[in-house]
Amino acid sequence: MIVYLRSNAALAFVGAVGVMLLIGLPLVLDLYSLLQITLYVIFAILALSLAFIWGYGGILCFGHSVFFGLGAYAYAVSVINIGDSTVPFLIAMVLPAIFAAGLGYFMFYARISDVYVGVITLTVTLIFYNVVNSTAGPQYRIGEAQLGGYNGIPNVPPLNIPFQPDNPLEPAGMFTFCAVVLLIVYFGLHALLRTRFGRVLVAVRENEQRVEFLGYDSRLHKLIAFSIGGGIAGLAGCLFTAWGNFVSPTSFGVVQSGQIIIWLMVGGPGTLLGPAIGAMAISWLTLKIGTQQAVNANVVLGAILLVFVILMPKGMASMFTDRLVPWLVSLRRPADSPPRVASEGKT
Amino acid sequence: MTPPLIETRGLIKHFGGVQAIRGVDFALAEGELRCLIGPNGAGKSTFFKLLTGQIKPTSGSVLFRGTDITALQAHEIARLGIGIKTQVPSVFNGLSVRDNLWIAAARHNKGKAITRMVEAQIERLMLGRFADTLTGQLAHGQRQRVELGLVLCGQPNLILLDEPAAGMTEEERGRTAELICEINRDHPLIVVEHDMSFIRTIARCITVFNQGTILLEGDVDQVFGSQAVRDVYLGKKVAA
Repeated sequence: MIVYLRSNAALAFVGAVGVMLLIGLPLVLDLYSLLQITLYVIFAILALSLAFIWGYGGILCFGHSVFFGLGAYAYAVSVINIGDSTVPFLIAMVLPAIFAAGLGYFMFYARISDVYVGVITLTVTLIFYNVVNSTAGPQYRIGEAQLGGYNGIPNVPPLNIPFQPDNPLEPAGMFTFCAVVLLIVYFGLHALLRTRFGRVLVAVRENEQRVEFLGYDSRLHKLIAFSIGGGIAGLAGCLFTAWGNFVSPTSFGVVQSGQIIIWLMVGGPGTLLGPAIGAMAISWLTLKIGTQQAVNANVVLGAILLVFVILMPKGMASMFTDRLVPWLVSLRRPADSPPRVASEGKT
Repeated sequence: MTPPLIETRGLIKHFGGVQAIRGVDFALAEGELRCLIGPNGAGKSTFFKLLTGQIKPTSGSVLFRGTDITALQAHEIARLGIGIKTQVPSVFNGLSVRDNLWIAAARHNKGKAITRMVEAQIERLMLGRFADTLTGQLAHGQRQRVELGLVLCGQPNLILLDEPAAGMTEEERGRTAELICEINRDHPLIVVEHDMSFIRTIARCITVFNQGTILLEGDVDQVFGSQAVRDVYLGKKVAA
């Protein structure tokens, strides 16, 4: 019960900080900074999707950008054809979720091992990258939308107020919307993980065979989680396209997939807050490195990944939960009281 | 006539050229406690895997209360109420003992009934001191008890125990034997065990496996008095 209350208090704290930033940042930041932070928020949503399926579901998805790219292109193509962004916003979530369900069905019901799930997802995103990359001719169009090959699709209309295509979201409105979506996804996933489905999903990650022995269909749980993760990644892709009014095949790229994994590893797989913060921190760092020409950003990112994998495999989140919090607790305890057994109280 | 609780007919399993199970006909009645013994490689664990749907037989069938379950998936067989405690404790190491049992109890229960069942099993298996400890941090014997708790929380109609006393202290072994007898008041069991003193404590009927077939089936005195069984354990060739 104490752990549960602590967990609720931590969630309330995250929510309060989130709402404060959501309201306060548009008031204090200049337009350029606000646009950049909006991008970090979108990447945090993308990181949450992988944190859910990998960190909690134990599904090794090395090609997560396929869902991000599908969402991005689904939004671009449909909003160009429809004009109003309301339905395209939904399509950008539903299409990747359905695709993830289809792909997941063949992977999980065939009971292929984790490594091969990683290989297949990586291969699928490479296929999408190459296919979309080779749609440069005028014959490659869907309705009004010219796919544009490696040049991508420019001038994608931004998000607008639902069913009011003449009222697009301004940068401040876009930031607020993305931040609200981030909070909804974060708290929604937390709530989902507290349900029976969520708890069984974590159990699947721990020991799939035992889950089956208890009468649960582990394949179905993985499939649903994979589909939800795909839908959230597609949502991030939609916001990314609406933010930049542009989409290109790099959304499907291996570099994009690799970056999501780095966000997760740095932030801490097995948590939700860690990957979200990891995505924002690494994206900020990548931007800072990119503005100076001395070091290649990918080299730095690779080095960061190596450092975290070797020295802090549980990521930044573990620094707080495993080190900082116990240290603070030890400061509060009188010197003559017996030390607390490390394992007690953990869940 | 009531069909056996679980029955196998001409069960055969080949792994490449190796015949692990060779035409086993086995039957267990409702409420029975049956012990399976046999030397290493006799096919006991493979037999358990066939009963629980982890592997499919090359030929033959498995029937549960008269219904053929040979083609069912492992989770579908588990839903019929066949629970298994494996040789190496198969638990959720990254979760607390209480969370482990919650997952099992939530399969058939909802709301407060889950909590009631979890707390009842924690008390029954004397896991109260470790209830909030990560299961992976427990000793082998304690994890065996957690796994037994997982099986019991699943409200089984039949329990398969693969070496339940392995790695336990003498005291734990005695307590486990008592527990198995207590469980058998409500649940039929099949127990695979190598420890003969443990078998003597719990067994009424014993099935002896050897080289993928049933060598002998009988009560404790019959089996332990059999020259063929002694020869199998001493490595002598069994007379045809």
